[in-house]
Amino acid sequence: MKQNLIPILMPKWGLTMEEGQVTEWLVKEGSKISMGDEIIEVETDKIAGVVEAVDVGLLRRCIAETGKTYPVKSLLGVLADSSVLDSEIETFIEAYEIPDSGDEDAEESGPQYLYTEVDGLRVRYADRGSGDSVVLLLHGFGGDLDNWLFNLDTLAEKHRVLALDLPGHGESGKSIPDPSLSGMARFVNKFLEIVGVPSAHIVGHSMGGAIAMQLATERPESVDSLGLICSSGLGPEINSDYLQGFVDAQSRRELKPVLQQLFADESLVNRKLVDDVLKYKRLDGVDAVLRTLSATLLSGTQTILSDKTIDSGKPILVIWGEKDCIIPVAYAQKLADSGNSSVEVEIFDSAGHMVQMEKANDVNRRLLKFFG
Amino acid sequence: MARTISFKDAINEALDQEMTRDKSVIVMGEDSIGGTGSPGEDDAWGGPMGVTKGLYGKHGNQIMDTPLSESAYIGAAIGAAACGMRPVAEMMFVDFMGVCFDQIYNQAAKFKYMFGGKAETPVVIRTMVGAGINAAAQHSQMLTGIFTHIPGLKVVCPSNPYDAKGLLIQSIRDNDPVIFCEHKSLYGVEGEVSEESYVIPFAEANVMRDGGDVTIVAYGMMVGKAMDAAETLAKEGVECDVIDLRTLSPIDMETVIESVENTGRLVVVDESNPRCSIATDVSAQVAQQAFKSLKAQIEMVTAPHTPVPFTTTLEKLYIPSAEQVVVAVRKTLN
Repeated sequence: MKQNLIPILMPKWGLTMEEGQVTEWLVKEGSKISMGDEIIEVETDKIAGVVEAVDVGLLRRCIAETGKTYPVKSLLGVLADSSVLDSEIETFIEAYEIPDSGDEDAEESGPQYLYTEVDGLRVRYADRGSGDSVVLLLHGFGGDLDNWLFNLDTLAEKHRVLALDLPGHGESGKSIPDPSLSGMARFVNKFLEIVGVPSAHIVGHSMGGAIAMQLATERPESVDSLGLICSSGLGPEINSDYLQGFVDAQSRRELKPVLQQLFADESLVNRKLVDDVLKYKRLDGVDAVLRTLSATLLSGTQTILSDKTIDSGKPILVIWGEKDCIIPVAYAQKLADSGNSSVEVEIFDSAGHMVQMEKANDVNRRLLKFFG
Repeated sequence: MARTISFKDAINEALDQEMTRDKSVIVMGEDSIGGTGSPGEDDAWGGPMGVTKGLYGKHGNQIMDTPLSESAYIGAAIGAAACGMRPVAEMMFVDFMGVCFDQIYNQAAKFKYMFGGKAETPVVIRTMVGAGINAAAQHSQMLTGIFTHIPGLKVVCPSNPYDAKGLLIQSIRDNDPVIFCEHKSLYGVEGEVSEESYVIPFAEANVMRDGGDVTIVAYGMMVGKAMDAAETLAKEGVECDVIDLRTLSPIDMETVIESVENTGRLVVVDESNPRCSIATDVSAQVAQQAFKSLKAQIEMVTAPHTPVPFTTTLEKLYIPSAEQVVVAVRKTLN
């Protein structure tokens, strides 16, 4: 009986999520659900996201009430086909217990964050999933590996996924041995050597995309393919007001409007998100790191890496948020129009620069398809 | 990496990191070194509450034991600051300020003003404040208002370990005299603190909770009470903004005013006695700057106008409670 009943659970996005608030049911009780349908909208203290169906069936019960907060793994709803009796569903709901907190999970999958040293600098990273096919995720300017909180675990179901905090970012050491793109690419390459990965699918967001392209030209043997998400290095334009605003912001009041430029839906920038970025910015050494890097990025706008990268013949997937205010979506459109066979382009509407967060499910699906 | 540590350890870590970073940072206080080598002790006591424990072993040349004479060593710390050091002096209980107040308010606070802006006095006076441990009338006061009254002094009173570390580092790096008030009942409180060094700027209140119905302003120990009250009220459908002032001088009135302009209702919680306090100051400023936004009279929740009682039952009655905050919030809604 049990396999006919598919529970819809409160997801766990990232290490710190303990509960989420149900903001909206996107489907009605009784609807037919296909795999991947968006079912329910959930808001966490970090960000809002959408829970997708991982199976097919009828949405027999919407249990979670809109506006209410539930712990991770709480039963939010039940999918089942029409042959299942109402009484069986009731019994299932009554018997459902939230599995014991993360401890078991942590043992199963190992710790969420790991630390190593590259060029004498502490590096925090995540290493999830397993297999020969490895994906490396590179965040953007001022970000950290938690920018991938909606992507890491989903991608890790099929691949070994690595994500690191770049030098000066997240919980890695707060200095940059060599702030040039080339220096950053070499740093990433050394990281791959240290974790024993000869080559990987490199997925870079924003500045991380430029680093990925640099790596592909300098160390092509380390790169299986490239995923470029709202990447810098495809054209000369970058929103310098954003970069300067991010570097200069000293308070919540100043930082919030800056961060809002990253998202199509500004309401995603809640107090916690602003606080987390502010806490990072206030760590010793971060200000200098950000000033150095933003200078590199702004001067690097003349450097267009994409031509060389395309010539390398590596498979490339370019993903963009249509409403990106930081780097123009036109660069993705231009690549799409070029008709180059090694480049695939996907543009998602109602998403901004943080498309991997705003359209996490779509981006995950697209990446998995690309990796094959 | 952020981990969970106590308020006390957060202060210790801030001192440790700043003493490492800058050799002109020195720690002075009673029993900073005392206890070294006593039976059963492999370390100095680290002050009366052990806040500086472990620092003597690591920074032996930057730590100094002082006699039981606040007037002498607070004066010495201020003099050392004027001569280029960055002393952090530990005044065991703020209640002892009486004997060294001239050094603080008439010397340290005035140097910059009286010497044409040329004299800097980067001294931090760490001191224990507040009631709650049966320390009686002479060891339990909340004298934040007295220091806040004096131009030239900066006054800080953190409510949690994260803020304690960031505000203390900022205090040490600041070029003006700072009175850093540590509530003795908070030392054991734990919270997430980054192991890296960081600063929290002065005059930045922390909005702990967004509500929209009523604004509750608090600092230090009272922030927890305000949060408890807000939790209780939320169950009744009353949503409160809770603002932790963090620094009392300079003070972030902008955040308070912004909140009151939205809610129209203000409750100020202060463990001090009710007259000439942070509560009266915030109330007056809101009345002046946001009078038209107010929909109800401002409520203050404070200690009574009495010395702090020694008896446990009376001391408990003396300290403002979450229940009193709840009642005050309801009053603003009637």
